[in-house]
Amino acid sequence: MSVTNAEYKKMTEKASPPSKKIKNCVWAFCVGGFICSLGQALRTLFEYLGLSETEVAAAVSVSLIFIAAVLTGLKVFDKIARYAGAGTLVPITGFANAVVSPAIEFRQEGHIVGIGARMFGIAGPVIVFGTIASVLYGLILWIFRLV
Amino acid sequence: MPKRIGRYTLRLENSPAILSYAAVAGKKEGLGPLGYEFDKIYEDTTAGESSWEKAESLMLRDALSRAIEKSGYTPGSINYVFAGDLLNQGIASTYGLRDLGIPFFGLYGACSNMSLSMTLASVYVESGAASLAACATSSHFCAAERQFRFPLEYGGQRTPTAQWTVTGAGALVLAEDGPGPFITRTTGGRIVDKGVRDMTNMGAAMAPAAADTIKNFFDDTGASPNDYDMILTGDLGLVGSRLLNELLKQEKLDIGERHRDCGILIFDCENQDVESGGSGCGCSAGVLCTHILNLLRDGGLSKILFCATGALMSPTSSQQGDSIPCIAHLVEICANRPQ
Repeated sequence: MSVTNAEYKKMTEKASPPSKKIKNCVWAFCVGGFICSLGQALRTLFEYLGLSETEVAAAVSVSLIFIAAVLTGLKVFDKIARYAGAGTLVPITGFANAVVSPAIEFRQEGHIVGIGARMFGIAGPVIVFGTIASVLYGLILWIFRLV
Repeated sequence: MPKRIGRYTLRLENSPAILSYAAVAGKKEGLGPLGYEFDKIYEDTTAGESSWEKAESLMLRDALSRAIEKSGYTPGSINYVFAGDLLNQGIASTYGLRDLGIPFFGLYGACSNMSLSMTLASVYVESGAASLAACATSSHFCAAERQFRFPLEYGGQRTPTAQWTVTGAGALVLAEDGPGPFITRTTGGRIVDKGVRDMTNMGAAMAPAAADTIKNFFDDTGASPNDYDMILTGDLGLVGSRLLNELLKQEKLDIGERHRDCGILIFDCENQDVESGGSGCGCSAGVLCTHILNLLRDGGLSKILFCATGALMSPTSSQQGDSIPCIAHLVEICANRPQ
């Protein structure tokens, strides 16, 4: 084949249809916005029920995680996410799905080497780098308070 | 005996006959344009088994058993089976075939397995090393997704260049003599890597390998695309097919209207949500062992080139940032034995 890798890269880019960015953004905005509104509605509800500030924050997260986990188990979440994209991925729902979906998938390999070992295969990096980031921010905050 | 022509091609003077063939598929493939031609459609993704891997093994065994049954022989009369699949260590083939007791050659050519197995089996039959040899291959959407990509229920978006791994299996039996169609020439493929790294654009990665093998075949034989009713590639999909045509035009070969791709034929790409088309070993095997061989048998086609394509990366090589080496093997299939 006489074509060089660089030439072929250009040919590939030309032949490959791009992702529908505007459509994806609109979907992500609407679904992501809906999830955030749902979170706000839950917050108002829990405040009305008399939960304290910290309890409300935890209860909202737990509720959204629960809903996302159940929808993943019912094989509905991935169908919504195919259209919603970042709309379901970015909120805490995406994190719940990333933990529950491998847990379901790898149960065939048993509870220990299947569910236990593979459950955090996708979410693991989020936890690792999330923890590192929070340590760094804590450090920055501590330095500013010293000054 | 096989006779070498040029650097890459073998002419099979006795032209081994495709005695029988069969293919089975999953529900989505059953709803596709070729669905009615499959020997069996499995409505359930696990086919009643406890895992997708076991389901794939079952499908491979089923396709081969049906092909052998149609040939009028029993598994005990088959000299060798050449088989492979996409799963690690080829477990769909090994577990699927372990109870049949046929001497087994396990192959890995990724999605090129069907033409790879036919290339090897036809030489065995041609040379007299086997009087009956079988070829089989399979793939399963769910088993492939979890090995190569994400869990099934993970909420990700598919890119427009992505392809859908076919759930299904195809098998055929080759004999020294029979009603045909006949395998007349084969061209072994080289590993071709044009630097594509995108695992969601396999058609683009594989197109240069298909172009290379097709060009080598025409260079070796002096034949022209006009001599064929169809030049059938394995699973390039819409994107890869476009690129194959362009690459061959640069080499002064116009396959244009004669070109068909199993990945485009097996699904209704516009309405079945498969983006660029189908892929997987079961894609080319399924289309060949139903629609195409039926057409060759019924007189709808008289001479074709079948060139299945495979991407030879692994999840490990991709995670390490390596590009995707690809391969394509070609077999010439004729409805009638050349005089």
